[in-house]
Amino acid sequence: MAKFNLTINGKSQTVDVDPSTPILWVLRDHLDLVGTKYGCGVAACGACTILMNGNAIRSCVTPVSAAEGAKITTIEGLSENGDHPVQKAWLEHDVPQCGYCQAGQIMSAVALLESNPNPSDADIDNAMNGNICRCGTYVRIKKAIKTAAKS
Amino acid sequence: MTLSKTSLNRRSFLKVSALAGGGLFLSVGWLAGCKPGSKEAAHGMPEEWFRINGFIRIGENGLITIMSPNPEGGQNVKTGMPMIVAEELDADWSKVVVEQAPLDTDNFTRQFIGGSQAIRMGWNVLRQAGATARQLLVNAAAQTWDVPANEITTESGYVIHTASRKKAHYGEMASLAATLPLPENVQLKDRKDYKIIGTSRKNVDAQKIVTGKPLFGLDYKKEGMLYAMIIHPPAHGLRLKSFDASEATGMPGIKDVFQVKSHQDDYERTFFDTTSFTDTVAIVGNSTWEVMNAKKAVKVEWEEFSTYEESRDWNGRKEKRTIPAGLESESDQQRKMTDAAKKARTLRKDGNPEAAFANATKVIERTFYGPFLAHNCMEPMNFFAHVQGDKVECAGPLQKPELTEQALSSRLGIPIENIHIEMTRLGGGYGRRSYAHWLIEAAVISQKVNAPIKLMYTREDDMTGGIYRPMYQATYRAALDKDNNLIGLHVNAGGLVEPPSYPNRFPAGAIENYLAEEWVVSSNITVGSFRAPRSNFIAAAEQSFLDELAEAMGNDPIDFRLELLQRAKQNPVGENNDYDPDRYAGVLKLVREKSNWGQNQTGISRGVSAYFCHNSYAAQVVDLKIENGRVKVEKVVQALDCGLVINPDAAKNLSEGCVVDGIGTAMFGELKFEKGQPDRSNFDRYRMIRMAEAPKAIETYFVENGEDPTGLGEPGYPPVFAALANALYQATGKRLYRQPFAGQLG
Ligand code: FES
Ligand code: FES
Repeated sequence: MAKFNLTINGKSQTVDVDPSTPILWVLRDHLDLVGTKYGCGVAACGACTILMNGNAIRSCVTPVSAAEGAKITTIEGLSENGDHPVQKAWLEHDVPQCGYCQAGQIMSAVALLESNPNPSDADIDNAMNGNICRCGTYVRIKKAIKTAAKS
Repeated sequence: MTLSKTSLNRRSFLKVSALAGGGLFLSVGWLAGCKPGSKEAAHGMPEEWFRINGFIRIGENGLITIMSPNPEGGQNVKTGMPMIVAEELDADWSKVVVEQAPLDTDNFTRQFIGGSQAIRMGWNVLRQAGATARQLLVNAAAQTWDVPANEITTESGYVIHTASRKKAHYGEMASLAATLPLPENVQLKDRKDYKIIGTSRKNVDAQKIVTGKPLFGLDYKKEGMLYAMIIHPPAHGLRLKSFDASEATGMPGIKDVFQVKSHQDDYERTFFDTTSFTDTVAIVGNSTWEVMNAKKAVKVEWEEFSTYEESRDWNGRKEKRTIPAGLESESDQQRKMTDAAKKARTLRKDGNPEAAFANATKVIERTFYGPFLAHNCMEPMNFFAHVQGDKVECAGPLQKPELTEQALSSRLGIPIENIHIEMTRLGGGYGRRSYAHWLIEAAVISQKVNAPIKLMYTREDDMTGGIYRPMYQATYRAALDKDNNLIGLHVNAGGLVEPPSYPNRFPAGAIENYLAEEWVVSSNITVGSFRAPRSNFIAAAEQSFLDELAEAMGNDPIDFRLELLQRAKQNPVGENNDYDPDRYAGVLKLVREKSNWGQNQTGISRGVSAYFCHNSYAAQVVDLKIENGRVKVEKVVQALDCGLVINPDAAKNLSEGCVVDGIGTAMFGELKFEKGQPDRSNFDRYRMIRMAEAPKAIETYFVENGEDPTGLGEPGYPPVFAALANALYQATGKRLYRQPFAGQLG
């Protein structure tokens, strides 16, 4: 066990956990931030995507020890009232089916648009390739990303 | 208006009582969760709720809560079912809050997901629930204003008496309405007067989903809750022999490691009590990561089990099933299927198929194959349970709460009345969450450690835990005469562990000489319902074969199907044809029109397919091209007939999902066995469709025909496999008989 000082959604938090603990489980079990999802644990599905210093990372394989000093943003911290342009675009296109993959999809989309405000179809395909949606909402996700890019 | 006699479970109406606080159903209490700025808050919190019936509570300020009875797993019934209630209630949808009902067999019937039936089966019940409440509000207004009830009208949450210029919102009448006797008959609206049904309404949970609110089973937490996982055998055919937990129990955060038995050996299983592994090892601790680590440190010895018998009660039909011993590999399974196919039993025979084949000028015979598939719900199997003495509280995602409750009661020896199951949102179901052995495991674990626990399967536990889409094989034979007329059809289909037969579906009824046979191979690999069970394979086989047949006959694939349907309508062969030829033809004609079938576009290859299952009809045209060896699906156009469409945009979303999921499964989905062990256990090797492989565009159209509504969770899924295969044939010149297709495109 060791103490880690984390900055999550702009708030400082201290956790006392095993240094190998993936950030995913620190968020979910220790900090009650359950919006970030577990889907595979091996960086193969994207459900656990969060932003670390603005980059999309897979929190299921990133140990908490790597997060000290970094700025972490989770789905809960994207906006105060659910009105981040990407969230709004998701609502406009009514993207979710079961919804389980969507936090990860949204975080990947946010990271994409931050680095590339006007992505082409191929850019979107590339950036979103790590996020699986078993319900098959890809067509709407792509539309929502384009809508968000316009705003 | 239609007069409808109220026929709901009487208790749901008889329990009309004014109920302060609305606490009867809610264990989580959505009021407490209301955020400033939310829809609920915008309308102001009611001080008091009045329970009008099992579905409806109205606050004194006019806010309405509608309970959504069925679990929600992405089909959007949580929006669609309350829309039906709200329509007949004549409510203002912006003042409706939807709440998920827990399992409550007194107030609701058929609280499960499966078979695309929620809307179809709920149609009358939901309309009556709304209409009855509306009538009670009208009666309350009549009494209050001292005017005849039949002079009172309603509109968007108001009762109105025009002559005396009186108008009041429902909240003002709710307390009185809740005490009035039930009307014996209620008026149902004419469809032309619908204001909510048939208009697109946003998913009621979308805001919570995009902001990461706890909605799913895996998100459920309770004070003092421990985390649990299980270890199940690595291969089918193995069972637990012994385990050594000495290292694991000493690891940080670990509370206990012990054996769990989900069913007693002599337990008579009902329909959904399938388990692959009855005995597992549970690890319980303070956090997920600690439990995951300890799990690796438990040393388990497995042994092969001997052949045994399992008692089953299939809805009253008793059966002893022999579960064979052995560690199976794909090659043995293939061989067993080939042998079994030779000893098929006849399901249906029309005319004289033997003679037709003997007299044929040409016989076309093709064998189709479909592998085992894992459901791969993105939210892995999990459940919360808290057993305290003879009281059980559970929460989580499951499709058949009512049936699971019985199994749980029998396993724990605790009466059903003492079991409370709260239904969380499902991170996908597709059939897998009907088999709720994990709920029983969770309860047994909680009982042993005497604490609230949440059991979670890792992705690997989930994917290797069995209950797969069966492995299937079907051989189609067609007899053609010298003029290339189809004179006979023979289908021989079977599977491991269940056949994919639907002998009375199209094209049965359209063919003079027809023979349908089935066979089955037993196995210790467990199988279960998987999105559009059986149809998900047989549609692919049949619709690919019809495409090949049309080509051999020199006919257009759509014309060919329409001609068969014409025959089935005008002069049907046999009696039990399980489809309506007009509605079937309807989707084909609509897709033909909307896809501009017959107009070729350069570089684009097209395939068509259609199917009827789960009471709805679907036809699809897939347009694709192959670029640098990669399949690019440019567009899918689909036509659906599910009768009246309740929530058009949601219906489109779900049907787009069927297309994407179907294309993904057809291209990539498979699970094979080597010595009883699945050859993949996570998404690194189990390939799922990703964005770049999804169609660039999907257009969805609905047939308008005034029929009552049916479901869409499954009907769009089976045909797209064949529409894809048929388009790929046009692109490559190669017919595809084995799923998945990806490895065969050269
Ligand atoms: S859970 Fe992290 S990528 Fe799947
Ligand atoms: S919405 Fe269900 S997995 Fe994406």
